[in-house]
Amino acid sequence: MLLINCPFCKERNETEFVYGGPVGVDRPDPNAVADQEWVDFLTLVPNPTGPVFEKWWHARGCGEWFVICRDTVTHEILESPDEKS
Amino acid sequence: MRKYSVAAIVREALRYNAGWERAWRSPEPKKQYDAVIIGAGGHGLATAYYLGKNHGIKNVAIIEKGWLGGGNTGRNTTIIRSNYLQDSSAAIYEKARSLYETLSQELNYNVMFSPRGVMMLAQTEHEIRGYRRTAHANNLQGVETEFIDPKTVKKLCPIIELSGPRFPVLGALWQPRGGTARHDAVAWGYARACSDMGMDIIQKCEVTDILKSNGKVVGVETTKGVIKTHNLGIIVAGNSSILAEKAGFRLPIESVSLQALVSEPVKPCMDVVVMANTVHGYMSQSDKGEMVIGGGTDGFNNYTQRGSFHHIEETVRALIETFPIISRLKMLRQWGGVVDVTGDRSPIISKTPLEGCFINCGWGTGGFKAIPGSGWAMAETMANGSPSQLASAFSLDRFREGRFIDESVAAGVAH
Ligand SMILES: Cc1cc2nc3c(=O)[nH]c(=O)nc-3n(C[C@H](O)[C@H](O)[C@H](O)COP(=O)(O)OP(=O)(O)OC[C@H]3O[C@@H](n4cnc5c(N)ncnc54)[C@H](O)[C@@H]3O)c2cc1C
Ligand SMILES: [Zn+2]
Repeated sequence: MLLINCPFCKERNETEFVYGGPVGVDRPDPNAVADQEWVDFLTLVPNPTGPVFEKWWHARGCGEWFVICRDTVTHEILESPDEKS
Repeated sequence: MRKYSVAAIVREALRYNAGWERAWRSPEPKKQYDAVIIGAGGHGLATAYYLGKNHGIKNVAIIEKGWLGGGNTGRNTTIIRSNYLQDSSAAIYEKARSLYETLSQELNYNVMFSPRGVMMLAQTEHEIRGYRRTAHANNLQGVETEFIDPKTVKKLCPIIELSGPRFPVLGALWQPRGGTARHDAVAWGYARACSDMGMDIIQKCEVTDILKSNGKVVGVETTKGVIKTHNLGIIVAGNSSILAEKAGFRLPIESVSLQALVSEPVKPCMDVVVMANTVHGYMSQSDKGEMVIGGGTDGFNNYTQRGSFHHIEETVRALIETFPIISRLKMLRQWGGVVDVTGDRSPIISKTPLEGCFINCGWGTGGFKAIPGSGWAMAETMANGSPSQLASAFSLDRFREGRFIDESVAAGVAH
């Protein structure tokens, strides 16, 4: 069970949040890039062991979207939005 | 290898069981092999087995960072079925299911395949329509399934509550020849047969890098030194992204923990497998009497082999609605495994951008049932250097070409 640090509500239970997936590359212009790059954007996300930046939504709370850095092996949250901004 | 038989049991009983030999050897790695498999889970071991048996390639090493069968193969809830919707899925899962029917005899190892029947409950109108469609598709594919009414459900599984408070049971998709098998025995049986063919199973040896030269694979670096090969199979489930990165390509895979739990043993009360996708839970009874319960996947990617607690609460709550009789059972054990999930919920059996390197992954929450068929198809792919008929639809190209094999409904509950 994670305790996630919302920038407004501080540490709250994981069940209040919705996961938005790892932060991937920015959406390229599909007409400007090669097919492969577009496919990569559509299908690949970072899936590392260790630290990863990811999006979370405080859906059952204040509604804020934010990014944290979490270790996928230990669950340790290495960087919360507060510290980032 | 000495055969297991009734005569062997009698013989060993007479000499205080002193004559049993080890089921497989634990050798040091050689310098070079015709083929190397990374990962001694069910899929890796089955691939090695069929490489030897169907294609005569026996100079093979299977490299395992932990102990064989200690990954998802030894952590799953052992449901076997082949009632998928798409033709290519039905083909490979039914191939696997039919191989399970005779696997104990073939391996001379009791994998305890028990085709007790699997039912997937329909608890909404939408599910009724979906499962009727699957039953029609299965009939065309030659997979024996049928849609049954609530009365038949109750007859097959008397402990079920048909008129649950939230989602009454409206019918079910029934596969009479689906069932369960003993997960460890599947890994052990294949391992024993591989070892008997002269293959080396190297445990407690982690692959730390993949060696390449001119776009071709030339070997692997391990914690027991370099092992050379020109034919490499990566079959590591939840760790696939990590190994692919070492091989120089990326995979459309996300890794996440999936949980299961078992109750204290009770007298036989349920001789079918029941899955309830709408409320999300499934249950069967093991030969020891424990109720085996499949839980949910975590809502976020991770490699913890643990899982969030609230998923257990949700699963158990759902199952108590479906089976009120279990409400006072105590749970004995809970665990998790790291499953490898693709966007279309279908596996990948494929060549890779690195020549000589093949990958088998993406079985996600439901690959135990596929082990024999997957090994069969992967062995053919590695032996011929090109995808076998069973495997061709599951190539990596499908993500570029948009040929998705959408099984997100068939795989609706994590199993
Ligand atoms: C809780 C749970 C319940 C499930 N229930 C079902 C079910 O009811 N029915 C069903 O069909 N499926 C089920 N599954 C899914 C099923 O368990 C898997 O799809 C299947 O076991 C995958 O087998 P595998 O051989 O690919 O992987 P694994 O058995 O995980 O084997 C991969 C092996 O690779 C090794 N490895 C990884 N990295 C390295 C490295 N660098 N070097 C060397 N070795 C390495 C690992 O140690 C591991 O032993 C369930 C899974 C879980 C977790
Ligand atoms: Zn908040």
